[in-house]
Amino acid sequence: MNKREFLKDVILFFPAAGVMQALACQAAGEEMSASATVPYDPSQHWYGMGVDVDKCIGCNRCVEACKAENGVPDEPYYFRTWIERYTIHADGEVNVECISTKTPEQRLAEQNQPIDPGVLRTFFVPKLCNQCANPPCVQVCPVGATFQTRDGVVLVDEKRCIGCRYCIQACPYGARYLNPHTRTADKCTFCYHRVTKGLQPACVEVCPTEARIFGDLKARADRLVRFERENEIGVLKPDLNTEPKVLYAKLDGEVR
Amino acid sequence: MKVPEQLTRLGAVIAVIVAVVLLLRFVVLPESMFSAQPHQAATVVREAARPGRYAGMDACRDCHSDEYGTKLAGAHRGIGCENCHGPAAAHVANKDDETVTPPKHREREFCLGCHGFVASRPDGFPQVVAQEHNVRKRCVACHDAHDPVPDEPPKSCDGCHGRIARIKALSAHSQLACTECHQVAEQHLLKPRTALPTKPDAREACAGCHDPASTEPAAARSRVDFSSHGRTYVCWQCHYAHLPEGPK
Repeated sequence: MNKREFLKDVILFFPAAGVMQALACQAAGEEMSASATVPYDPSQHWYGMGVDVDKCIGCNRCVEACKAENGVPDEPYYFRTWIERYTIHADGEVNVECISTKTPEQRLAEQNQPIDPGVLRTFFVPKLCNQCANPPCVQVCPVGATFQTRDGVVLVDEKRCIGCRYCIQACPYGARYLNPHTRTADKCTFCYHRVTKGLQPACVEVCPTEARIFGDLKARADRLVRFERENEIGVLKPDLNTEPKVLYAKLDGEVR
Repeated sequence: MKVPEQLTRLGAVIAVIVAVVLLLRFVVLPESMFSAQPHQAATVVREAARPGRYAGMDACRDCHSDEYGTKLAGAHRGIGCENCHGPAAAHVANKDDETVTPPKHREREFCLGCHGFVASRPDGFPQVVAQEHNVRKRCVACHDAHDPVPDEPPKSCDGCHGRIARIKALSAHSQLACTECHQVAEQHLLKPRTALPTKPDAREACAGCHDPASTEPAAARSRVDFSSHGRTYVCWQCHYAHLPEGPK
């Protein structure tokens, strides 16, 4: 190949690359227009959840509903949401256990225990992804597979996720797990497929005591906005500045 | 000095290449090619299109209006139908398919999942001690699950305050009726949270038995001189009246 032929090939290369990129562009445009057909404007919403700790009875129904709705593996160590029992003893010792890892039979067998006079107070705390406004898991993803939608929900692109587990390490709330079937990171989506259709997330739908409230923090009149106004709101690990959107009412100071 | 012709030509070629690349980058190709937006938008579409298994309470209303109405009037009004009956989207989509008909739970264990006594549950939540509460009966024999309050309100306080009743049953105060210390308004049975029972607000309430002048035989071993013992406090600020001999 002489110099003239080389330069000719180089000049021809660019239009060819341009055609390829135009095709890629078109494909991306189709995906964008598919989202445009949904009559739902994400920029009009900013979703959050309220949890009234004083109402949770630890029935575990939310966990079962979440697993059924979202296809979370059945093994009792994969959770998008789970319930912890806090037991605070008079000597200052704090015990935390996850009751969701137990079978219904085990939970039933634990009922009617005599009251331990050494326990100051004990209560259940439902936990889930806090859908942080400032999410640490998004910052660490090396391939940009996890991101925050415009309505404030942190999602994982399972086609892009490489399963490196950085986000699982980065989440201060332990809300992510590696799905053993897809080998990608998985987490609570606030039941995105439900809330965009105007339904409640599955855990909120089944909560028998209305301990969980789902709502839109951008709406002027919304149950969650009222919940936020009427209760003293606490969030988990506020010192990390993750700005969680899961708002807890009557949160005990011992809850981490 | 004369610039060699080869250099001029090479410069022209490089200038053309640079111009084409800049044109492609900033004019021809849309900005979305260089941002993460397209694949994020695809993920959002994919997530939003996922099928759900829970239909939501409103989907049940049209066909099961009787049960829905009963439930709306009862204490279970806040509970979604699918809490007990399980995910029902398949049933809503195909009402004749009996393989997806939501189950009706009638066994005791199902109700006890929420209503069995657990110390961590909030006070005031109706709980029963399964070994004591009508052991051989199914819950649905007395309680309609859609309107669980029995036709008659509970006759004794431990129907709702089982935790306190269990503590008190072990204490020196086991023989005292709740109404000995608490005045309970009639309305409390119907609206427990709005009509709260009273608590003793004066030391005289305890002095009736525990003053040295009292003749109550059961309190013979726990008399104190009320004029010198913890004068500024109401008794229950230090002593837990439901288990007075317990830890301070």
